[in-house]
Amino acid sequence: MSDMDETEGAEGAEGPVAPRRVIGTPPPAPRLLGSGDGPGAMAGSAGEASDVAHSGEHFKGKLPTEDPDPARSKRIEKMVAACFILAFIAGCGFIAAYVGLQVGSDRLGPGDNVVDAALRSNLALGTSLSVALLALGAGATLWVRQLMPNVEVVEERHELRSEAVDRQAFQEYFKEGAANSQFVKRPLVRRTLMLGTLPLLAAPLVLLRDMGPLPGTSLRHTVWSPGRRLLVYGTNTPITPAEFNEPGSMITIVPDGYQDDADALTKAAVILIRFEPGQLQIPTRYQGSTLVGTMNWTVDNIVAYSKICTHLGCPVALYEQTTHHILCPCHQSTFDAPDGANVIFGPAARPLPQLPITTDAQGYLVAKSDFTQPVGPSFWERG
Amino acid sequence: MSENFEVPKPLSGTGGWLDDRFHGARGGRVLMRKVFPDHWSFMLGEIALWSFVILLLTGTFLSLFFVPSMNDVVYHGSYIKLDGVKMSEAYQSTLNISFDVRGGLLMRQIHHWAADLFMAALIAHMLRVFFTGAYRKPREINWLIGIGLFTLGLLEGLFGYSLPDDQLSGAGLRIFEGVLQGIPIVGTYLGFFLFGGPFPGSIIIPRLYILHVLLIPGLLLGLITAHLFIMFHQKHTQMPAKGNTEKNVVGQPFFPYFLAKGGAWFFFIFAGLVLLATFAEINPIWLYGSYTPVAISSASQPDFYMGLLEGSLRIMPSWEINFLGHTLTMSVLIPFALPLTIVLGGAALWPFFEQWATGDKSFHNVNDRPRNAPIRTATGLAAITFYGVMWAEGANDVIADKLSIPLYTITWIARVLVFVGPAIAFVVTRRICIGLQRKDRQMLLHGYESGIIRQLPNGEFVEVHKPLNEEARAVLEAKTVPALMPGPDSEDDNGVPPPQSHGVLGRAKAIANRAFAETVVTETNGHGNGHGNGHGNGHAVEAGNGHAVEAGQEEAAVGSAPSAPVGELPAADGSEDSPGS
Repeated sequence: MSDMDETEGAEGAEGPVAPRRVIGTPPPAPRLLGSGDGPGAMAGSAGEASDVAHSGEHFKGKLPTEDPDPARSKRIEKMVAACFILAFIAGCGFIAAYVGLQVGSDRLGPGDNVVDAALRSNLALGTSLSVALLALGAGATLWVRQLMPNVEVVEERHELRSEAVDRQAFQEYFKEGAANSQFVKRPLVRRTLMLGTLPLLAAPLVLLRDMGPLPGTSLRHTVWSPGRRLLVYGTNTPITPAEFNEPGSMITIVPDGYQDDADALTKAAVILIRFEPGQLQIPTRYQGSTLVGTMNWTVDNIVAYSKICTHLGCPVALYEQTTHHILCPCHQSTFDAPDGANVIFGPAARPLPQLPITTDAQGYLVAKSDFTQPVGPSFWERG
Repeated sequence: MSENFEVPKPLSGTGGWLDDRFHGARGGRVLMRKVFPDHWSFMLGEIALWSFVILLLTGTFLSLFFVPSMNDVVYHGSYIKLDGVKMSEAYQSTLNISFDVRGGLLMRQIHHWAADLFMAALIAHMLRVFFTGAYRKPREINWLIGIGLFTLGLLEGLFGYSLPDDQLSGAGLRIFEGVLQGIPIVGTYLGFFLFGGPFPGSIIIPRLYILHVLLIPGLLLGLITAHLFIMFHQKHTQMPAKGNTEKNVVGQPFFPYFLAKGGAWFFFIFAGLVLLATFAEINPIWLYGSYTPVAISSASQPDFYMGLLEGSLRIMPSWEINFLGHTLTMSVLIPFALPLTIVLGGAALWPFFEQWATGDKSFHNVNDRPRNAPIRTATGLAAITFYGVMWAEGANDVIADKLSIPLYTITWIARVLVFVGPAIAFVVTRRICIGLQRKDRQMLLHGYESGIIRQLPNGEFVEVHKPLNEEARAVLEAKTVPALMPGPDSEDDNGVPPPQSHGVLGRAKAIANRAFAETVVTETNGHGNGHGNGHGNGHAVEAGNGHAVEAGQEEAAVGSAPSAPVGELPAADGSEDSPGS
């Protein structure tokens, strides 16, 4: 401390210097207060400061007010003031932008682009507001770093642990109170009190019961039923196998009558894929002893799988025609379309359930039945 | 104080009025004189604090216009492209905030950016606290509160960006619901109760809204207040420097310095967020469209702080167990529970683990420099690597797209790296820490390289080293090393092992202790306190043989620096000090 330049900062110090300031050390400039006799006397501050901790007397060193360079301070003062004036101007600009730039089709002329207007307003409001805030921040920073004398204060830390006497007294009084309350002495009171509060502790949980219905078997079923038509998502029109004749393509299907029902679609969305003859593998998959995914669930090399990923329920929206892979964009579970939508990569643990389809009297594609297994993410009761 | 101006009457009058009623003068004076140590890294927590304030301000504005309802409406608003589209009132009102409310788009974008900054600052702040050991006694509770804040922040963010009910946020909610369903025994019930029936139902947005604007912010506010009060009461830690001791706190007083600096910092952070909101578009929900469970856009990404969970879900291979007729969907449960438990649970337990391993029950107000605690620093870097790999994997589709690397290759690399990476990071970081300690030791013993080349009479050229000044010395010398406990297999003179290293736990503790106590001993003999001059060829002693100091190799190699070095060598000359050569 003794060989430090008190006002100017690190540079120019005589004698030994460190190669550079080590990260984690404070800048060397500030004056130390704490003992009252000027810089460099920090070690001596301990005596007085320890008085602080115990007697309740607070630190006596005064913050310096003398100004070593009034001319420079005057200059800084003007800069600070300039910042604050800039903040004022920018703040006025913010209000002006709010008043002057309209948004929304109600207030804009018929020829105006609403998106452009919103972005224009955003730009004007944001620029003026950020300039105002920046100017305030810059002004305050200049003020505190350049105008206020750079001081450091040393404060003594209090011992966090209470005095032994106080701890002792606390314990004694606690014992006294506990004895007086007879809480320990009278177990009947104690136990019935605990008993009395128990139901009330459970009550908040009980109250939550009506937040929703019990799951029941609803996760096992979808709205697909025998004869329900497959509608093309978007146009909501039924489709015949002949209309869906391009091999290698995939379309999204929603159930007739539920095309706008989000709850139903969450489980019932289906993808329809058409293969070249011979591409679709004759079922090789069994579940237990029952055959699943047999050819009689398909029509003319058209196969319908659940669109709901068996991992976490995202729609499996990506289909790679060359490899026949169905990819879930959320966590990249990949399903092999010709092979019963088996999982070939990613976290999903089960193939996409297949919807048995056939055609109705008019030749439109319809469901043969509901899915034969739950669609979507696994759940505990699924089995 | 009262140099040459009078405190204006209204101010002093109000002060007096308040003091008559609250006895506040004394406390107020203590508050004004409260010392705040200065260090750039101490501003990280402030960023989080100010971001939170900005979140409250902008959030209040948004709540004036947002309609938390899933009732279906047909849109006929300003945004022509969605004209006639059926959507929820929530999504409609978000569109209105963006296009029909002046400043609405700005506030929405500030709010979103502030949420990201809040989480980023929390992470940075927690890393700062971890790497400097600022969580040590007496600040363990505040560390735990911080972890609680981070966890709540994750939920708050997730619920917040789910509110607009756009396509992207709906997909996020669907995944959230799928995760809930995967929880054993109670999962389906949790899902059905929270969503009021099957997904998506018609009540999840109002429910998330009240959690997002009242319950979680209330908890956050309470915890932040507690965090600040505890920090205030226990006083700030400080970095090692000349004059900084365990018993004092050196810095600038709250009034006027910290007040002005903190205020300026608030303005800067606010300005930064406004600049981002002005020039960097975030969450343009009008482009995503209204939520439908049938469709999804590719490269759906959550906000960055959910990246750990997103990545862990992507990295997980397919795995499902049938447990007594019930489904245990491990490909959901493990990625959902394990990484967060490892990172947050590990962070929560760490201070207590460290106390157990080091036997250090003393108070710490002066922070460690990361290099001086190699095991802690290495563990931190291992955790960062673990987190980072998961996080990057959360964007594997984007990486695959931008760098033209096959998607599955990236996932496979991540699958390997998530195990190997942390191990490498641990080993490398530990070596770097020890290397830096050696460099510190070198500096202390021989000074810094002055750049002056001198020719000796025999013709040899040497570079003159100059001693460090006191400030630099103080930083380098501020190293506390845990005391060494008896080794795992040690016995006393009678062949009896010491009681504390009995059993499996005792052995583990002894081994951990030796790892923690590992250090590069620097004993500067003949060195008076506070005089840095003339120390160019002090008595250098690196306990052991001057080579890499390894815990567990030899007792003499590890020691507690300030107390007694275990084995001393005679003064070493410079050439012996560089172990590598």
